[in-house]
Amino acid sequence: MTLAPETTRPATALTLQLLLEEEDWFTVCELSLLTPGRGVAALLPDGRQAALFTDRAGRTYAIDNRDPFTGAAVLSRGLTGTHQGRPFVASPLLKQRFDLESGQCLDDEDVRVATYEVRAA
Amino acid sequence: MTATPGATPTIVLVGHGMVGQRFLEALAERGLTATHRVVVLCEEPRPAYDRVALTSYFSGKTPEDLSLTDMEFIREHGIELYVGDPAEKVDREAREVTARSGLVVGYDVLVLATGSYPFVPPVPGKDAEGCFVYRTIEDLLAIEEYARSRATTGAVVGGGLLGLEAAGALKGLGLTSHIVEFAPRLMPVQVDEGGGAALLRTIEDMGLAVHTGVGTQEIVVGEDGAVTGMKLSDGSELAADLVVFSAGVRPRDQLARDCGLTVGERGGITVDEQCRTVADPHVFAIGECALAADGRVYGLVAPGYEQAETAAATIAEDEKSFTGADLSTKLKLLGVDVASFGDAHGTTEDCLDVVYSDSRAGLYKKLVIGRDGTLLGGILVGDAEAYGTLRAFTGSVPPVSPESLVLPAGAGAPVQLGPSALPDEAVICSCHNVTKGTIRGAVTEHSCTTVPEVKKCTKAGTGCGSCVKVLGQLVTAELEASGVEVDKGLCGCFGRTREELYEIVLALRITSYRTLLDRYGREGARGGDGCEVCKPAVGSIIASLAPTIGAEGYVLDGEQAALQDTNDHFLANLQKNGSYSIVPRIPGGEITPEKLIVIGEVARDFGLYTKITGGQRIDLFGARVEQLPLIWARLVDAGFESGHAYGKSLRTVKSCVGQTWCRYGVQDSVRMAIDLELRYRGLRSPHKLKSAVSGCARECAEAQSKDFGVIATSNGWNLYVGGNGGATPRHADLLAQDLSDAELVRLIDRFLMFYIRTADRLERTSTWLERIPGGLDHVREVVVEDSLGICEELESLMTAHVANYRDEWAETINDPEKLSRFVSFVNAPDTPDPVVGFVPERDQIKPDLPLLTIGTRPLEGSAQR
Ligand code: SRM
Ligand SMILES: Cc1cc2nc3c(=O)[nH]c(=O)nc-3n(C[C@H](O)[C@H](O)[C@H](O)COP(=O)(O)OP(=O)(O)OC[C@H]3O[C@@H](n4cnc5c(N)ncnc54)[C@H](O)[C@@H]3O)c2cc1C
Ligand code: SF4
Ligand code: FES
Repeated sequence: MTLAPETTRPATALTLQLLLEEEDWFTVCELSLLTPGRGVAALLPDGRQAALFTDRAGRTYAIDNRDPFTGAAVLSRGLTGTHQGRPFVASPLLKQRFDLESGQCLDDEDVRVATYEVRAA
Repeated sequence: MTATPGATPTIVLVGHGMVGQRFLEALAERGLTATHRVVVLCEEPRPAYDRVALTSYFSGKTPEDLSLTDMEFIREHGIELYVGDPAEKVDREAREVTARSGLVVGYDVLVLATGSYPFVPPVPGKDAEGCFVYRTIEDLLAIEEYARSRATTGAVVGGGLLGLEAAGALKGLGLTSHIVEFAPRLMPVQVDEGGGAALLRTIEDMGLAVHTGVGTQEIVVGEDGAVTGMKLSDGSELAADLVVFSAGVRPRDQLARDCGLTVGERGGITVDEQCRTVADPHVFAIGECALAADGRVYGLVAPGYEQAETAAATIAEDEKSFTGADLSTKLKLLGVDVASFGDAHGTTEDCLDVVYSDSRAGLYKKLVIGRDGTLLGGILVGDAEAYGTLRAFTGSVPPVSPESLVLPAGAGAPVQLGPSALPDEAVICSCHNVTKGTIRGAVTEHSCTTVPEVKKCTKAGTGCGSCVKVLGQLVTAELEASGVEVDKGLCGCFGRTREELYEIVLALRITSYRTLLDRYGREGARGGDGCEVCKPAVGSIIASLAPTIGAEGYVLDGEQAALQDTNDHFLANLQKNGSYSIVPRIPGGEITPEKLIVIGEVARDFGLYTKITGGQRIDLFGARVEQLPLIWARLVDAGFESGHAYGKSLRTVKSCVGQTWCRYGVQDSVRMAIDLELRYRGLRSPHKLKSAVSGCARECAEAQSKDFGVIATSNGWNLYVGGNGGATPRHADLLAQDLSDAELVRLIDRFLMFYIRTADRLERTSTWLERIPGGLDHVREVVVEDSLGICEELESLMTAHVANYRDEWAETINDPEKLSRFVSFVNAPDTPDPVVGFVPERDQIKPDLPLLTIGTRPLEGSAQR
């Protein structure tokens, strides 16, 4: 399978970190474990779950893993995409889309999921 | 109309055939059902049905499919319909009709729509057992029963339109078939000598024996009173154990004669231009029983419909008249097109013929042109592609030379005369008398944007169907002309259709989604991440072409992994609580006790819920994502492979037990089902594919509800396509009959690859067949007759798929890198997802739903960026 030329894979092992509370960066995993366009789930110290994604440009995103419409912790298993220039993930259960930067549901303005600040270090 | 003061005036309709039903609809449209009592006496045991499509019963249409009567309509309009109760007597003095049951109904208006009866020549032996006519569903049921139980050779008396249909049907029932026609050629009414010759050749090539220029003198009857043959006028004898008389029809005017109404010399109830009988202003006659004001009895449905409209209009005191009609016909018999329109025989003074004929190819086309260049009529045999357009041009001077209209493409200057050149008054649908102007209006004024919408709005295309192709062209042209952007694009990312993307991927061997998006995506979408619609669709196109374009076949390799829907990504079906189900393939539904035990043990050891599915296999529910590889390791070890219950790909090929055990079976349906399932497993397609194989016509495997269904015959296999269960069920259509094993497989290969190539995303074969121009006929031309010359390519694509198939689960469990995705958490791979829980029910488990409700509302506030 030919990958598009601009795909960048990090040379050194960067780790992905989430900001839980002020100054409290939680290390999740190596960045290289993420496939552009797909997500992974992470278990946080307090039992919550986060869904982490990366896109083809190498930007990373993290939102709550729980699908607010069904209650199942599955958002990390959805398909991502770009809608009007903004990144989103579509729930694998009933297909509602969530903006990866704001957590806003694009199909129901009353629904929003939590987002996390994320960095590769 | 005069009525007894105070009482509701009554309209009595005698005969609930095609024209009768249309009359009722016309009454309703004019509001007359609200102001009148309407009583219908129907002789047949069922209300009105589509007699024109009668023969399609033999290709799988049921009597219910043929029905034209919506009982809801009858009820809603308060129509009193007496089924199986014919009118026996009319008393015009008292204005009363008496039905067979003894029912007496008084009328203010009486409408006779009694149709025709088949003419049976008065030859000795004509009433013997095994002699039939071809007019009603009951006739067909009787022919079918007799053919199945005790006949091998059939003969049809009459080589006209109906005779050919009947002969085709007999052949379809597996009989050796003869046609005996008194005239020197087939279809003498519609075609001339040249057309007859082309037709003869094609019909003979299909294995039907044709005897023209001979009459039937006697039906030979055996000792048991059943037909054994017939004596012909040339002294020869023809062996046959089933005879169908199709020697023309005669108006059913007996009821009218008995009550003293005027009838014509050769039959038919004489009416005026308003369809009112000349003898009695209270009585109308419409359809095939009427002798119209122009002195003709019309044996076609379109003029009958116009008469129905005329009678209804007259009753409503509107102005409308019927002065005559066009006798255009188009017939498709076993794939041969025959059409005639306008003055087909060139009876107009001073007219000229333009003829193209190629009897080797079975082609004959003739146009009749007037002195001033007006197109007067024509005959098309072997290729009636241009029928719709030519018929609509009849009566006007076509904008291009007539020669160019009949020459085949490649010979001289082929001209594709588009319907856009037609005037607004041109009748496009002659069954329902719908003009081009009306169709355009449906688009511009009633904002219809698709052919089905226009059909619903105008009725065009809902009769014989011969105008649907032109209809489609008109709708598109009109939409484009009115500036409506017909965006056929796949999604917000791609402005092209799935079919176009398929062609691009195949031709340019593009193996990467991103390359496709960046080069062929919409302007704003290039360089982006696509969306959840196009990613799986493109992933499926690449997967189904993988061996041919040199892409990796495994659906989770490299970039492909990011394109798949979650089910494909985990090779299992996601359930409501985030757990998965597992469906191992059980080809044809056949399974050994050992394998059943393995499934049982695996389910027990992992605590899974088990259920027999509707697809003849077993589903195991409640697996956590990290358990999937462990479960599959056990299953693969025992010889199971992926059942692709998650994929847009082949699901199951169901089977019935068939010849091996069943007393009725005529072929080994289980073996065939297994062969087909193993051949097409893993094939990625626009939507899921299902199949079934039944061992005989009892159809226990429900093959006619499948995308491709196979039913055994004593000579081989019948292939049905385009069936569907689900929310909008559709009966499959017969594509080909009596195929050998090899022919069957080859035809399915072609059919599936053609579907995969041209269907839209998430379009089942049923909707695809309904949508594509030309429908089933077109598909048959492409995959049976190879009209596009692509069959070899379609077959080699399938061969490549079959040769490169690998089980996805076996590959997955043997590759540590691929296994890495099957973890609950990237940072805690073995910790089970705490919201996936189960509670007991009926000795098994079910999802613990209350566990999910905790936190169903979005979390607010915390740690936002
Ligand atoms: C398991 C099963 C029900 C059962 O317990 O029997 C089932 C279960 C589902 N069906 Fe089905 N269908 C099952 C037989 C059928 C049948 C019967 C058959 O195949 O003979 C039909 C009607 C036949 C047909 O498809 O024409 C059927 C028509 C559908 C449809 C409607 C399709 C349509 O064209 O209208 C859907 C929805 C869809 O695919 O878009 C659907 C979708 C589904 C989905 C995938 C819904 C979903 O997205 O979760 C279910 C997934 C189950 C799972 O997670 O494993 N299922 N489904 C059956 C699995 C058969 C198998 O062994 O693979
Ligand atoms: C196999 C076949 C194929 C055909 N193909 C075509 C085609 O391609 N194109 C085309 O234009 N036409 C075709 N036709 C002809 C078309 O079917 C007829 O023109 C059309 O059905 C005429 O409609 P009708 O209502 O006048 O008669 P019918 O549909 O015959 O209806 C008359 C009804 O009246 C009933 N009836 C008779 N007497 C009484 C009574 N005393 N009381 C109560 N009920 C009574 C009859 O039982 C019948 O049900 C075909 C016909 C057949 C048989
Ligand atoms: S379809 Fe025919 S062969 Fe198959 S089980 Fe039913 S009756 Fe028997
Ligand atoms: S011409 Fe028969 S349906 Fe239109």
